[in-house]
Amino acid sequence: MNHLFPILTALAYLASLGLYVRFLGTGNKLTGRLGTLFLGLGLIAHYFALLERSRGLHTVPYHDLYGSMSLFGWLLALTYLGLELYHRQRSVGAFVLPFVLVFFLAAHLAPADRLSPPAAHGATFAFHVTLSILAYAAFALSFVLSLIFLGEERLLRSHKVGDVVWRLPPLELLAQMSQSSVLVGLVSIAIGTVLGFVWVDRLSSQYSFYDPKYVITLLVLALYALYFRLARTTGWRGARASKLCIFNFAIVVLSFTVVNLYLSHSHRYF
Amino acid sequence: MEIVLVGLNHRTAPVEVRERVSFTTEQARRAGEELRARGILEETLVLSTCNRSEVYGVPPESSHECAPGLSTFLSEFHSVRPDILSASLYHHYDREAVRHLFRVAAGLDSMLLGEAEILGQVREAYRFAYEHGATGPVLNRLFQGALEAGKRVRTETELGARPMSVASAGVKLAERIFGKLSERKALVLGAGAISEQVVSNLRDRGIAQLQVMNRSRDRADELAKQFGGRVIDWGEWDSALQSPDVVVSSVSAEEAVLRREIVERAMAARGNRALFLMDLGVPRNIEPSVGELYNVYVYNTDDLTEIVQQNRNARESEIPKAQGIVDEHVAKFLSWQASVELVGLVDALRTKMKEERAAFIRSRMEPMKHLTETDRTQVEKLMDEMLEKLLLEPAQRLRGEKELRRKIQNVEALRDLFLSNREKP
Repeated sequence: MNHLFPILTALAYLASLGLYVRFLGTGNKLTGRLGTLFLGLGLIAHYFALLERSRGLHTVPYHDLYGSMSLFGWLLALTYLGLELYHRQRSVGAFVLPFVLVFFLAAHLAPADRLSPPAAHGATFAFHVTLSILAYAAFALSFVLSLIFLGEERLLRSHKVGDVVWRLPPLELLAQMSQSSVLVGLVSIAIGTVLGFVWVDRLSSQYSFYDPKYVITLLVLALYALYFRLARTTGWRGARASKLCIFNFAIVVLSFTVVNLYLSHSHRYF
Repeated sequence: MEIVLVGLNHRTAPVEVRERVSFTTEQARRAGEELRARGILEETLVLSTCNRSEVYGVPPESSHECAPGLSTFLSEFHSVRPDILSASLYHHYDREAVRHLFRVAAGLDSMLLGEAEILGQVREAYRFAYEHGATGPVLNRLFQGALEAGKRVRTETELGARPMSVASAGVKLAERIFGKLSERKALVLGAGAISEQVVSNLRDRGIAQLQVMNRSRDRADELAKQFGGRVIDWGEWDSALQSPDVVVSSVSAEEAVLRREIVERAMAARGNRALFLMDLGVPRNIEPSVGELYNVYVYNTDDLTEIVQQNRNARESEIPKAQGIVDEHVAKFLSWQASVELVGLVDALRTKMKEERAAFIRSRMEPMKHLTETDRTQVEKLMDEMLEKLLLEPAQRLRGEKELRRKIQNVEALRDLFLSNREKP
C-alpha cells in the first residue's frame, strides 16, 4: 500500500499542532492562520489516505479498528475546524490536535483484526456508522473544551492570570463552543441511531433489537441532552456543566471500549 | 530626495508647549500649503496627536539646510517664541527620520508603550495629507511603509495586547469571562474618580447597560449623565445585583459593602449566572469570602495591580521583536529610496556621456574623410555599446545589493566627477 498520504497527513497534523502551540505561546496571528492551513491540508491528505485504503481493501473505512480510529480522528479534526471557523477562535487547536494525532497514529499501531465485521453494506448502514462516529468526535471535542474551561476557570478564580489565559477563549465562549459541539453530536447520534434501528428492522432476521449498545447509546443521548439543557439555563451553567460533560464523555468511552468489545453483538468498532 | 522631520513629543516638551504647537486638521492643511508655497518643502505631512506634533517633509535641497527654516516657520505659525520652541524641538534627517516615523507607527515611541491609537492617527494624518495633495512619491512610500510596519508589529507581537492600567485590566478580565461586553450590563458602586475611569473603559468596550449606585445621589446622577447610565438607589441590593454581569466597587467605607449573604442571595436569584466583581476600594468593599461562591469572580486592587505589572513586563519583553520588524521596514524603504536615486544618477550620467561621445566623434572624425557613412555609424554604435556596458551593467548589479544606500555613494562620487553642480539631477 502507498504510504504517501498517511505520511503527509501525519506531517501536516504535526506541523499544525506545532503552529497552534506556538500561537498559544506567542499570540502571533500569522502562526495561528498557518496552523489552520496545515490542519486543512492534513484533513485533505487524511481523506485521501482513508479513500486509498478503502479502495485497496475494497471496503468501507470502519471495516476494522484501524479504519474506525482513523475515521474518528478525521471527523474530530473536521468538527474542530468547523468550530474554529464558526467561532473564530484558534487557541483551542493546541489542545485538540494531540487527540487527532493520537487517534491517527494509534490507528496504525492497532493490531490487525481478522474477525469478520457485520455485513456493512448499504447507504443506511454507512450513514448510521458515519454519523455515530461524527457524534463521538463531537463529544470528544466538547470533552476537550470542558477541560479547558475548568482549567481556565480555576486560573481566573485563583487570580493566576498568566500568558495563556489572555490567549484562551473567554469562559462563556468556551461554554458556547462546547454546547455547539454537543449539539452537533446530539443531532448526529439521534439521526445515526434512528438509521441504525431502520437498518436492524430491515435485517431483523439477522440482528436482535436487544443489544447492550442500544441501551448505552440511549443513555449517552439522554445525558448529553441533559447537559445541553443544564448548561444553558440553570444554576449548573459554568464549571458544573463542564464536569457533567466530562462525565458524559467517560460514558462514551465506556460505550466505545467495554461495551463494543465485550458486550455488544454487532458494534465492534463504532 | 532627502527627508526631514521636525517635531516635539511628550518626552521633549511639557504639555503647556505641546498644546500650543498642536495642529487642528485645518491648521495642518494650511501649514503644509505654506511650507510648499514658500519653497521650504516640496512634500509635507503634519502628524499631530495629544502627545506629539511632527512635520515630515521632502526639501528641495539638503535636509540639513531646510531644518532652521522649518523651525522658524513652526515658531511663527503657532506664535511661540523661538527660544521656548527650540528647547523642545527635535530634528531628524533621512535614515533617522524614517526610523523615527516607523517607531511611532509601531507604538514604540508612545507614552504608553504599544498603544493602539497611534497607528490610526498616522493613517488618518497620511490620508488627510494625500487627499489634499500635500504628499508626493517619497512621503507616500514612506507612510505606506510606516503603516505596514505598524500593522505588522500589532499582528506579530504582543506589544499592545494587554491592559496597562488597573481599570483596563479589570475590564479586560471581565472580557476573559464574558467575551465581548456589548451585550453585558454593569453596575458601578461609588461615583469617584476611580469609578469614572472604569466606566470610561467599560463604555469604550461597548458595555450595553450601565447602572450607578452611590450614597450621594447628585454625584451618581452626574456620572450616569456623563456616560449614559441609569441611577439606582443606594442599598437596594436585591434588585441591583440581579441583572449586571460586572460590578465595580470603589466606595469609601470602613467595612465591606457587599457581604457574602447579599451576593449569595443575588446569585440564587440570577440562576448562578456568572458575576465579575471588581473591588477597587481601600479598605475592600467586598467581603473576601464572596470569591468562594459558585460562578463569582472577585478581583481587588492588589490583584489587578499585580496583573498590570506582569503585563508591563510582557510588553517590554516584546520590544526587541517589534524593533526587528521596524528595522526590516526601514531597510526596505531605504533600499527603495536608493534605487530611485540610482536610476536618476545613471540617467544623468548616460545623457552626459552621450553628449560627450557625440562631440568627440564630431571633432575626431572630421579629418577622416576616407571613412564611409556606414563606418561612422559602426563606430558610433560601438561606442554606444561600450557606454551601456560601462553604465548599465554595474547599475543593474547595484540594484540587487543589500547595502545599496552605502554603495550608491560611489555612483554619486562618479557623478560629481563628471557633472557640474548645475547638471546634477
